[in-house]
Amino acid sequence: MLIDTLISNQLPNLEYTSTSERFDESWEAPLSILLGLGRAAGADFLEFFLERVNYISCLAEEDTITSITPRLSTGAGVRVFVGKADCYVSTNDVTFVGLKAALEKALSIMGLQLPAPNAFIPEINLELLRDYGTKRGKDSWLPLCTSIREMGEILLDGTGKLQKTATHVQSRRASYFRDWQEVLVAASDGTFARDIRLTQSVGFNLLCADGSHRASIGERAGNTSDPNFLKTWDYTEAAEHISDSAGKMLYADYVESGTYPIIMANHFGGVIFHEACGHLLETTQIERKTTPFADKKGEKIAHESLTAWDEGRTENAFGTIDMDDEGMPAQRTLLIEKGILKNFLADRTGSWRTGHPRTGSGRRQGFTFAAASRMRNTYIAPGEHSVDDLFASVDKGIYCKKMGGGSVGATGQFNFGVDEAYLIENGKITKPLKGAILIGEAKEIMNKISMCSQDLSLAPGFCGSVSGSIYTTVGQPHIKVDSITVGGR
Amino acid sequence: MSKIQAIANNAKSSAEKLGIKKYDIYGSTVDQTSVQVDEGEPKQVKASNLSGVTVRVWNEHHTVGVTSTTDVDPKGLELALKTAQEASFFGVKENIPDFSPEATAALASTSSEKLPPLPVSEIIDKLIGAEKELLAAHPAIAGVPYNNLAQRDIERFYLNSDGALRTESHSLASIYLYTKTEEAEKKPRSAGAYRVSYGVNTLDISGCITETAQKTISHLNYEKIPSGKYTVVFSPEAFLSLLGAFSNLFNAQNILDHQSLSQAEDIGKQIASPLLCVCDDALHPANIGAETFDGEGTPTRKVSLIENGVLVGFLHSAGTAKRMNAQPTGNASIGAKVSVGANFYHVYGGAAAEQELNLQTAENVILIDDLQALHAGVKSLQGSFSLPFDGWIVNKGEKVSVESATVAGDFLEVLKSIIYVEKEAELTPGGVCPRIWIEGLSITGE
Repeated sequence: MLIDTLISNQLPNLEYTSTSERFDESWEAPLSILLGLGRAAGADFLEFFLERVNYISCLAEEDTITSITPRLSTGAGVRVFVGKADCYVSTNDVTFVGLKAALEKALSIMGLQLPAPNAFIPEINLELLRDYGTKRGKDSWLPLCTSIREMGEILLDGTGKLQKTATHVQSRRASYFRDWQEVLVAASDGTFARDIRLTQSVGFNLLCADGSHRASIGERAGNTSDPNFLKTWDYTEAAEHISDSAGKMLYADYVESGTYPIIMANHFGGVIFHEACGHLLETTQIERKTTPFADKKGEKIAHESLTAWDEGRTENAFGTIDMDDEGMPAQRTLLIEKGILKNFLADRTGSWRTGHPRTGSGRRQGFTFAAASRMRNTYIAPGEHSVDDLFASVDKGIYCKKMGGGSVGATGQFNFGVDEAYLIENGKITKPLKGAILIGEAKEIMNKISMCSQDLSLAPGFCGSVSGSIYTTVGQPHIKVDSITVGGR
Repeated sequence: MSKIQAIANNAKSSAEKLGIKKYDIYGSTVDQTSVQVDEGEPKQVKASNLSGVTVRVWNEHHTVGVTSTTDVDPKGLELALKTAQEASFFGVKENIPDFSPEATAALASTSSEKLPPLPVSEIIDKLIGAEKELLAAHPAIAGVPYNNLAQRDIERFYLNSDGALRTESHSLASIYLYTKTEEAEKKPRSAGAYRVSYGVNTLDISGCITETAQKTISHLNYEKIPSGKYTVVFSPEAFLSLLGAFSNLFNAQNILDHQSLSQAEDIGKQIASPLLCVCDDALHPANIGAETFDGEGTPTRKVSLIENGVLVGFLHSAGTAKRMNAQPTGNASIGAKVSVGANFYHVYGGAAAEQELNLQTAENVILIDDLQALHAGVKSLQGSFSLPFDGWIVNKGEKVSVESATVAGDFLEVLKSIIYVEKEAELTPGGVCPRIWIEGLSITGE
């Protein structure tokens, strides 16, 4: 459909039907018309986000597959800006008529009138489609993914291993999901980009019970780019690991509350930086005035031993994206260098509203959310100490080996739970502890991370915020926090 | 023809084409508008009109497959049925889900109102007005970083190949306001409140403003408290948060999966103080937007869970009820594995307390207003929790805000340590509940 000159009277009769099974160049004409219509109506900026999802999850309980759940989803969102105010309208209807209806609704909400009859509608000149899906060979990913039958066999083998390796088993589960997502972004600044994401995660949940003693432990692995990921999952090692943790925590004493030095393990221990600092470096928080770091760029906000990154692309990591959900190539962003705040994470709107440069961090759960500045693969860089150095520096403290989830509030106060903890006495681990939750103020804690070891390790995670639940990576080497409040009994 | 009737007709013709004889569909359509404001200006308006259905298909071997989709046009529905049909060959072979025996039983009539939506400009003005009032309530209130005013129209349906067809619709409006303070030499403080109603015009916006302002101001003067054991008074919202976090106690599917603190034979067991009664009551008159049927088409109802401290009932799907020789309770969500969840808790007093307690006379008690980080600090299968909270230490009616502290305990012990259930109940998003007094809970302050 090529139209040299489009007059507003022609719009009601304009139709477009995609015959392609994927988002491709054929979307250029209708989207450029819709973007032009929005601009002609008076919008300062417009963006369309189209999404198609093919998701499946599988659950094995004991020795039975109890749930296979496919989900198919298609939808789109249009974002319209007038000045710095914006409106986001989403719809399931990804036809030209459906997208036009969504646009009209958004324009109307922003108080804009459609162009008068006989008005000339200038189309937006979109760039050549930047197709990360095809360029990086992702078009073949979906058919290469593990079949339903193989999913079931692998998960059942996994729960079988749990039965062999754990003691006092009350229930054992293995769960897997595959989230295949195709996205297309077109914006009135000419952005026109497509990508395919393949996110997979598999893990165990084990509940052990002996009388009144109970221990429940979960652990997951994740991947963003390997259709064969499930087949390569080492469930034997994972089962041994989780069984060992559950065994140690089953008879653990409750932690005695107080203020302690702690050593936090690498891998998922990185959640401390994610909650205590990462969220506060998102421009969304600057806009809301809910970060203590808003005016601290170039200043020291953390101990000089701490350097931290947020990367769009890290090989096989859970938060890896080639482009963000606003069509910008993902960047590698230095957040903190030797304690000095270097950069914030900015989406398009955050950049406009705060002045910080975009970093390819505009992310969203799906088409029902407008993009916002979000973390991707975020980690504390390795330091110069050995793990033994860290332990040797603690007379009495807590080793937080396995972290649970956490959150940060509007005042910068954060908290997170510890799933597996041990008492440290005179530099040595002496006994397991349970029931610990760590709380603190972001501004204070960042200056108390005084030692980092050399063993950086990344872990998959799920992050919930204003633009929904997204896949992220957390990570760090072993770190020492000089003192932190530990809630317990 | 209505949209639901069209879906039913399309499903029937697609099923016939695919050779599917037995299926059911649950779906909903939500039309929603929400606004946020910042410093007197609209920040973001969101609008959506979204549909989704979940289809279940039984094959000739009687195993079931499920698929969810947002494409409810004939082509999308056919693809969903076909995908579910493929998945059905991998479905469970024991305890196979089936139609609810109550999928065609009569539904309760409710008094749900359906109010028309207001123009977006009006709801923006209302929220800007709320923000302005809050900023004027105290000089320390520097912003309302989290705010939202939303109105939605919801339509739900359930149908199956045996001829069941249920529909209902209602409107909802909600507002939340969450402040942040700035004062020299003091830590920022925050507080919030939430209201829900059938429409924006009937929403108690001024009550939400007043509650948010009062709470925020009450947190300006704060102190650290010594760690130790305290008598703790849970606000209705805080107690229901905790009850919800440990809802596996009442969940028949969790019990069958060995994922619960209860066992099937615990019915009749004293699990709480005789002062406590709990039921799940979707049809409670205070439940705004009450749903009259669940995801399997079973009518919702009042289900007694704890009476005078005794466990008397569980929440069931059709499948769990069959396995446990009970009746479905209207608490199921459709799925490959049907899940069970509470609809609307109603907590109230049971046996008479030895003495009536009162915050105006009590000394050194902790009033917990809001529990945080439940996803991180609750070990629902172990029964333990350790949670940060917003609250006050109260001495003879005088409240002083508590600075960063956590409360920890074992939920089953909490239920047994209830020493008073106040008479006056409050409506919260999760149910109706009075303040609940617990003795001897661990608080970590400094």
